[in-house]
Amino acid sequence: MQCIIIILQVMSGNYYIGDYSILRNRQVIQGGEVIFESRENKPVSFFTEVYKHFGLNYPRFYKMDNLCKLGFLCAELLLKDKQIQQLYPAGETGIILFNAASSLDTDRNHQQSISSRLDYFPSPSVFVYTLANIVIGEICIRHKIFGEGTFLIEEKFNPSRMFSYVRQLLNDDIVKCCLTGWIELDGDQIDGIMVLVEKTAPDPDRIAIFDPGILTKIYSQIS
Amino acid sequence: MDQLIGKLKTEIIEVLNLTELTPDDIDENAPLFVEGLGLDSIDALELIVLLEKKYGLKLATADEGKKVLRSVRSMAEFITENKKG
Repeated sequence: MQCIIIILQVMSGNYYIGDYSILRNRQVIQGGEVIFESRENKPVSFFTEVYKHFGLNYPRFYKMDNLCKLGFLCAELLLKDKQIQQLYPAGETGIILFNAASSLDTDRNHQQSISSRLDYFPSPSVFVYTLANIVIGEICIRHKIFGEGTFLIEEKFNPSRMFSYVRQLLNDDIVKCCLTGWIELDGDQIDGIMVLVEKTAPDPDRIAIFDPGILTKIYSQIS
Repeated sequence: MDQLIGKLKTEIIEVLNLTELTPDDIDENAPLFVEGLGLDSIDALELIVLLEKKYGLKLATADEGKKVLRSVRSMAEFITENKKG
């Protein structure tokens, strides 16, 4: 059995992590370094501060719910200065994201707006975000990505599932490049990591072989 | 009318999360959709909710919606006319 697994691994080859971004504990981490630290405790204030600090210009950002803002910022920082639109056709880049709380944070907001019969005014702009995979849609719109997009719910960060799902897409040649990560937000708790996985080795100075071990290592980073 | 236009601009900024704008940035005569503020269909729904929630007014038809939601001024005119009635 072990031989078969080894043979399969050799056949599929290695894939590479060129870079990653983390938004957590009021910090922004990229490539292992804290590149921004905030004093803001509330997610919405923290996200706005990050958006302004990095000089981002995408007015739609303000309309997003907090989960989308988290995913958007992780992708924005990760893809900044990378030419993925030039390197890969739109259909060959995928996004596979995971979390535990799904869109619960926005679901609660929506539920509050419909809880009173006397004040029953559901907000359309809140309701449209009551699905976790809208995060993927927002990132795809921004970066013109048309490849495989899936948002999966797990009880907790699961590097083996993340690895096997993305590897399969790369093995089957469905994508040549894939954003993957854990985009979790529930109330004031923020835990966002995003990793860029590529079939071919990017910048040789900043590569790591894509496997569950490196995903765990990235996820476990505490500055 | 000017007072109502000013109030509407503030409410629109709030409900549509246009936090980078101030009321002075919004031209009350400019189209709200595509040009002007570049609003989309979800924003249109949000403006319909605003009219109902804050002013107790409902739009009867899609055609009426197009006319009323053309600009901040047309919204203010609709509110003024229907409040009078």
